[in-house]
Amino acid sequence: MDMFNAIVQVLDSTIRLSVPLLLACLAGLYSERAGIFDIGLEGKMLVGAFAGASAAAVFHSALIGLGTAILISVAFALVHGFASITHRGNQIVSGVAINFIAAGSTIILGQAWFQQGGRTPALQPGERFEAITWPGAEAIRDVPIIGPIYAELISGHSILVYFAFAMVPFTWWVLFRTRFGLRMRAVGENPAAVDTAGISVAWLRYRALICTGILTGVAGAYLSMVQNGGFVKDMTAGKGYIALAALIFAKWKPVNAMFACLLFGFLDAASIRLQGSPLPLVGKVPAQFMQALPYVLTVILLAGFIGKAIPPRAGGVPYVKER
Amino acid sequence: MAQAAIELIGINKSFGAVRANRDINLEVARGTIHGIVGENGAGKSTLMSILYGFYQADSGEIRVGGKPVSIHTSNDAIALGIGMVHQHFMLVDNFTVLENVILGAESDALLKSSITKARSELDRLEREYGLEVDPDAVIEELPVGLQQRVEILKALYRGAEILILDEPTGVLTPAEADHLFRILKQLKDQGKTIVLITHKLREIMAITDTVSVMRQGTMVATRTTKETTVGELAELMVGRRVLLRVEKGQSEAGAVKLSVKNLTVKDQRGVTMVDNVSFDVRGGEIVGIAGVAGNGQSELLEAISGIRHAVSGEVMLDGKPIDLTGKADPGELRDRGLAHVPEDRHHVGLVLAFEENENTILGYHDDERYLKGPFLDVDAIMADAKDKIEKYDIRPANPRLKTANFSGGNQQKIVLAREMEQDPGVLIVGQPTRGVDVGAIEFIHKRLIAMRDQGKAVLVVSVELDEIRSLSDRILVMFAGRVVGERGPDATEGELGLLMAGVEHQEAAE
Repeated sequence: MDMFNAIVQVLDSTIRLSVPLLLACLAGLYSERAGIFDIGLEGKMLVGAFAGASAAAVFHSALIGLGTAILISVAFALVHGFASITHRGNQIVSGVAINFIAAGSTIILGQAWFQQGGRTPALQPGERFEAITWPGAEAIRDVPIIGPIYAELISGHSILVYFAFAMVPFTWWVLFRTRFGLRMRAVGENPAAVDTAGISVAWLRYRALICTGILTGVAGAYLSMVQNGGFVKDMTAGKGYIALAALIFAKWKPVNAMFACLLFGFLDAASIRLQGSPLPLVGKVPAQFMQALPYVLTVILLAGFIGKAIPPRAGGVPYVKER
Repeated sequence: MAQAAIELIGINKSFGAVRANRDINLEVARGTIHGIVGENGAGKSTLMSILYGFYQADSGEIRVGGKPVSIHTSNDAIALGIGMVHQHFMLVDNFTVLENVILGAESDALLKSSITKARSELDRLEREYGLEVDPDAVIEELPVGLQQRVEILKALYRGAEILILDEPTGVLTPAEADHLFRILKQLKDQGKTIVLITHKLREIMAITDTVSVMRQGTMVATRTTKETTVGELAELMVGRRVLLRVEKGQSEAGAVKLSVKNLTVKDQRGVTMVDNVSFDVRGGEIVGIAGVAGNGQSELLEAISGIRHAVSGEVMLDGKPIDLTGKADPGELRDRGLAHVPEDRHHVGLVLAFEENENTILGYHDDERYLKGPFLDVDAIMADAKDKIEKYDIRPANPRLKTANFSGGNQQKIVLAREMEQDPGVLIVGQPTRGVDVGAIEFIHKRLIAMRDQGKAVLVVSVELDEIRSLSDRILVMFAGRVVGERGPDATEGELGLLMAGVEHQEAAE
């Protein structure tokens, strides 16, 4: 039973750890499907995290925090759009610039506003999103197997966790069942086809980037207002890049993206769990090795195990009307 | 005369200093097929892009159905019932036919009703015009002929009454082109108006009712097709008389220079593309390989030039074998006197982002003529480029111009100049005049024959039957990866056509 409980605990933290990855990954899916590479997911999550925690602390409201996180993140997405859609700039350069601005400005503004070394004030209850306990969770906690699964895995997460997982089927539906999705996929493959069909390429891509901004905003809010009780500098810690890796691994498909993010989340959770405890056969391994494991596996998976991943064909190429 | 579907009055359009269209007047009668011919760069595509809302005219008036209109975007054109089939298809390759058809013409925010509607509409169009295509097929899995049909369906689905086709047969096999023409005639019979842009005079004669000729941005003449001749149109196009069939003397075939024995090539999927092919090319002769595109000619060329792996067989260049693992050193093959003008000049033959002079030495850049110690000898390269520009009449005569800014015919001349001027023993040419205008075709043909007369072995692969017949001393016909027949230069078109269609050659000979 101990073993079982341990597994449930690892899976529970898998879910918690995959949520920011999943939100960022879906965010990237919207922009890349529309043909805009977005290496700035990391930066947008970071400004979202900072804006969310700051607003929540100042206005004492989690919802205002979330709204601010989304607003600021969308603003950064639009900056990326202005550079790469309107002015046809290099999308990688624009994305990297956003990451730098995010990393620098959050620390400077945080220090200027709150004087806590770049942190935001610790969020009080009501300023952060609390876990939601599902009906009957406590009652059946002691039922073997089902009890812990229901109480730990399904119940007891914040609203943002459920939102993230609900976004998976929703994104699938948007992509494959709506006019917007059809046009968005088309513009990522062949913008000239979209243009000659009488649809504005730029406006379509801007709308995709707004979707990206909303999701990275929620991802940021999750980091600073759910996982942590406030903003800490560089708290995204490369999650935006892992999300991009997951996106490739998922071949730009929403359901695959969920599984990819769960896998990365699991590797993360397992490495935390296994730190310091001896492994069978090899014995005790340094903590650093366990921490590096998810990244090592990322490289291996991406290098050899996904087969052919064909990115949207117009990805990264600014659309120029001249023929 | 029937009422005009389209009238263009005094259209002017400049791109910087270049006047692409000057004072163009054009009237297209309803329910007719109107051809617009002209060399590459004559301004045909610009004119049609103005009509389709891709560009704005600097001045002039457009009337559709007698009413003056302003067309600012493709949407305006679509709303006026104008549809366009672009030279490079505007399709999303990994979408289905259905998705491509409804893109931009969806009935509401959800796809369900659009798809249902499009399905029944496609069914109707299929019955009415014989435009058969599987609505659930993915575009990239369809042959180009069918992809083009999807483009036509797209336009009809949007209610097009006027259909503009820009160089529609450039990518089609002769059989597919014939099928297209039947469809166009059917559309005409149903009252649609068709504008056909092309530089192939044969097509104009075969299908149009009236024809307008453009030259250097102006409209030089409009004729009723029945009352004109290919010769007259060609003369109007280039402003001088052109030889449609290049004069050439008897070939004096010498020793075997290139020998292909039992060559078999498979593609990535393992499908046999070249099946046990054997032939020789002697010095002083042009061997032409005819065939409908996709019958293994491309793969054959690639294998001989060392680019593609061959499963079995051998290729001898001057009696010594060529590495057929697909890893042959192209530099070594060049040193051995094999020059290759690839079929796809944009991706294989040229670096479009380079300046003209850089492309003229591509692959020969380590030749000591172009080097000064370890560095490139810029003066020598420029002198060489200028020399080739003059010799091959490459226009504009500016070796510093980016290669992408040259027209298709001039780009081809750049590649030909580079390969021919190396004085190779064997020249392999794929589609020597694809997308090249009439004046340049004549020039290129003359050059190839000059190479032959110097005793070089020339192998030409082309899907243009006319070209093969006018150039070749011997014609090999490929079908389904095999050489199904060999004919002399006097073979009739019908005879070759039957071979190309895979009819057994015994029957064809009868």
